[in-house]
Amino acid sequence: MFAFSWVLLPPRALAKHSHSPVTSIFSPESTPAKSILDLSTFVLAITGIIFFVVVTLLGYSILKFRATSANADREPAQVYGSNQIELAWTIIPVLIVVVLFLATARVIHAIQDAPEPPGAVEVTAIGHQYWWEFRYPKLGIVTANELHIPVSDASHPTPTFLQLLSADTDHSFWVPELAGKTDLVPNHPNRMWMDPHRTGIFLGQCAQYCGTQHAKMLLRVSVDSPQDFAAWVRSQQQVAVQDSSVMAGRQVFEHTACINCHTVSGTPADGRFGPDLTHLMGRTTIAAGAAENTPENLRRWIQNPDAIKPGSLMPAMKLSDADLDAVVKYMETLH
Amino acid sequence: MSAAATSVVEIPQAWTLPYRGKAAMACLIIAESAIFSIFVVAYLFYLGKSITGPTPSEVLETPIFFTICLLSSSLTVHFAGRSLERNNRPAFLALWSLTIILGGLFLFGTGQEWHRLIYEHGLTISTNLFGTTYYSLVGLHAFHVTAGLIMLTIVLIFGLAGRVDKDQFRRVDVLALYWHFVDAVWVVVFTVVYIVGR
Amino acid sequence: MSSNAITIPALQVQEKPWVDTLHEWVTTVDHKRLGILYIVYALVFLLLGGIEALIIRIQLMHSHNNFVSPQVFNRMFTMHGTTMIFFVAMPILFGFANYLVPLMIGARDMAFPRLNAFSFWLSAFGGILLYFSFLGGSGLYGAGNAPDVGWWSYAPLTARAFSPGHSSDYWTLALLVSGFGSIGTAINIIATILCLRCPGMKLDRMPLLAWLNLVMAGMVLIAITPLSAAQIMLLIDRYLGGHFFDVQAGGSAVLWMHFFWIFGHPEVYVLIIPCFAFMSEIIPVFSRKPIFGYPVMVAATVCIGFVSLSVWAHHMFTVGMNSYANSFFAITTMAVGIPTGIKIFNWIGTMWGGRIQFKTPMLFSIGFLFQFLIAGLTGIMMAAAPLDWQLSLSYFVVAHFHYVIVGGILFALFAAFYYWYPKMTGRMLSERLGKVHFWLFLIGFHLTFDVMHVPGLLGMPRRIYTYEPGRGWDTLNLIVSIGAFIQAIAILVFVWNLIISYFKGAKAGNDPWDAWTLEWSTSSPPPAYNFATVPVVASRRPLWDLKHPEDPDSLYE
Repeated sequence: MFAFSWVLLPPRALAKHSHSPVTSIFSPESTPAKSILDLSTFVLAITGIIFFVVVTLLGYSILKFRATSANADREPAQVYGSNQIELAWTIIPVLIVVVLFLATARVIHAIQDAPEPPGAVEVTAIGHQYWWEFRYPKLGIVTANELHIPVSDASHPTPTFLQLLSADTDHSFWVPELAGKTDLVPNHPNRMWMDPHRTGIFLGQCAQYCGTQHAKMLLRVSVDSPQDFAAWVRSQQQVAVQDSSVMAGRQVFEHTACINCHTVSGTPADGRFGPDLTHLMGRTTIAAGAAENTPENLRRWIQNPDAIKPGSLMPAMKLSDADLDAVVKYMETLH
Repeated sequence: MSAAATSVVEIPQAWTLPYRGKAAMACLIIAESAIFSIFVVAYLFYLGKSITGPTPSEVLETPIFFTICLLSSSLTVHFAGRSLERNNRPAFLALWSLTIILGGLFLFGTGQEWHRLIYEHGLTISTNLFGTTYYSLVGLHAFHVTAGLIMLTIVLIFGLAGRVDKDQFRRVDVLALYWHFVDAVWVVVFTVVYIVGR
Repeated sequence: MSSNAITIPALQVQEKPWVDTLHEWVTTVDHKRLGILYIVYALVFLLLGGIEALIIRIQLMHSHNNFVSPQVFNRMFTMHGTTMIFFVAMPILFGFANYLVPLMIGARDMAFPRLNAFSFWLSAFGGILLYFSFLGGSGLYGAGNAPDVGWWSYAPLTARAFSPGHSSDYWTLALLVSGFGSIGTAINIIATILCLRCPGMKLDRMPLLAWLNLVMAGMVLIAITPLSAAQIMLLIDRYLGGHFFDVQAGGSAVLWMHFFWIFGHPEVYVLIIPCFAFMSEIIPVFSRKPIFGYPVMVAATVCIGFVSLSVWAHHMFTVGMNSYANSFFAITTMAVGIPTGIKIFNWIGTMWGGRIQFKTPMLFSIGFLFQFLIAGLTGIMMAAAPLDWQLSLSYFVVAHFHYVIVGGILFALFAAFYYWYPKMTGRMLSERLGKVHFWLFLIGFHLTFDVMHVPGLLGMPRRIYTYEPGRGWDTLNLIVSIGAFIQAIAILVFVWNLIISYFKGAKAGNDPWDAWTLEWSTSSPPPAYNFATVPVVASRRPLWDLKHPEDPDSLYE
């Protein structure tokens, strides 16, 4: 039980835009997560009291009623029970349950049945084996794995409401500091929301076992200031950067099977099985967080995805070294 | 060596406990009811949710005659048991055989219906949700009817060989209890598939 | 007799050939031998499941480890869970029930001895079938080999599209077959208790172990069967083109979850209720008092049996049910804690005013009380659905249910071993080794499972073969893994105790613990027919009445 206590200490003060990769449910930065923390404090207090009382009784009985040489020769009083005591320790737990339930039901409704205000950002999250597709239907944006949402000010709330879908198996969207998790189940659309109170990067990952690389289906939520968010939206709405110096790489990309799975807007590539690569260079990581977004990693990934994420569904395209270099150079231009 | 467990304790006057065969069959019936309930829940849940293919109202015809056959077989098996209890062996054998014939007729009717559904309407277990849930539920029931018929036939064979007499009526009643269960399940399946489901 | 007595030559006792002994055991229908077969079978699988756990813990010792590949890891956690629930816990509890129930109700055997044997061999075959999957061939990537879909086999991960080959089928068939074995045993237990009690043993004079196994068996009938039904549906989907869980055809993945958890939650009560039975027999004997509140204990158990059928979707709080459904399952889950808590209070009430002897069975019982309390409280935390939206699918849940299964069920089982081993073998287990086993296991258990709650609170999901550094999970996982190895050593001490005591243990006699129920009135081990004469009882503690004729229970009941 004591192991819990140090977790409750709040994280160190953080600079703006920095992040602590430690994602404790006890450091909420959004209303749903905060409501959950408040409820859990209440529940922890009650269960803590129950624990203390029962363990004291248990400990006392062990110490006081142990067999000693003094009383070893006779049996103690053979007591069969007591109706009053049974009644007492039935009624008290019933009352505790009633109180706990009322507190719980209130929070369930507050979170699940929260209405969507007019200023909300709408995102459709589609779970795939093993990456996240994010579409902003009203803004005409499609991206992957790294979610950008605006910070929400209590006076003028701009929460983000997510519709959760799945293209294949079950997944679960869990960013502990922003909200409880909600599953992405195929043929069963779900809805969740979060209203981050401060800017920064918030980490999470898929929480429902979805297959071989469930462990590396990471989430990275960038909570931006309103201006930064607007700038991000504008850049995402552009078609892909056209850079003639990487024409060789673009040819390799468009004449191999890459375009069957990937979209680069403004080009013939319009596959949807894999992540949209139009603004790949805007992301900090590749392969849903499995590796940092560097040219070396990108090259390793395209050459043989199993080297970074064994069991991912992207096949090794068996490109020659020259083609590989060219494609990586092309990818590097997709800002 | 085992010591006497008690010293001077009065032996209870009448210490009769239930017949173990009945208790066991009751437990089996409870377990089987749970299995059927899951298939019924799936059937009801998926009503109206098929994306393609024929719907229940388009293709189902209510099997009134064969249902009457099956439900009457409950009566015949019950009276067979009573005949045996009164040591009326010819009546037992006749009623028992009638039960098997009526059960067999029911199975024939199911087969006939399935033939029509498959070859005239193209409804199979893989066609759509209705096909899957229909054949599974009705098929599970038909499987239990078949198993029951096999058991009934075994008893018939022993009966014709003269090995079943009034001392075995309790065992025969255990099998009859299973048969009543199979009929009760059919009442539920019939209601769900042919009445509620259309 | 005439005075010309015939001299009878001295009998020549020959050693029985080992083949004959083997044949006797393989063809036995004696409930005591079948009980031991179940228990030994379960212990073998405990070792296999334990090895799988150690592989998991080695892989997770630090971030970005590559002790095993993700494919192997995913098979390990699937097989570990499936093995421990279906081929360790279920058989070992059926084994104890088989052994003890007829003896404790004064019967000569179970109601259907041949069904008993058939059920055992069916379940045993299921386990072998499951483990055959390791050899079943590798074939295509992801095909063949052991199942890797988690022990819940969620749809649509188990559809042919996502699980090609036969690994899922091994899971399905092995459990289907052993499930039928479980149903057979449950039928047997109920028929035995209802129909074979000795004269005078009215239902309210039965030992609590018999009552609780009756409730457990009743639950098996209606809890295992939904899983069997769902597995038949899965096979229809995979092999006959059915669409039960085929989302492309309008099928529902959530329906599988409902069916699975309608089985899955009562299942854990099926596992714990016999352990409550052990505690209800052992704690009174080592406190030298009768169980406190026998009628309430029966009522509470029956209550748990019913309420536990209504809580299943607390495993699905994150799936997206509406707020009314979530609220319903929250309150039922909290409600089931009430009769459970009452039982804990009654056990403490039994110890209160007693004269407690700290023999090994009692040490494990006290461990059970402490740990089951904590496990119940973390369960209440997660019954508060919003809290569960954070804690579900994380290592907090893994810590919680291992607290129940290891800290509760396994501790109760160890107590049962030390208590009834003398009856089954005629020898006492070594108290010295028992205490070493207890303290070593206690330390290892708490090191692992206390600490394991924390990564869950820090966002670590379950079923991940590796994790990123810097999340704060590294050191915690290392400590958890170290505790696992300490527990492994303790288990080896226990197995050694089982083996060495069989040959060198002190002779136990009929009644080494000065206990009060009928099994202690016959020899250790009992003869094949259990009792020379069928007992007649007048109270809940017939042996107390015999030992204290001036103050029998029958005067007070």
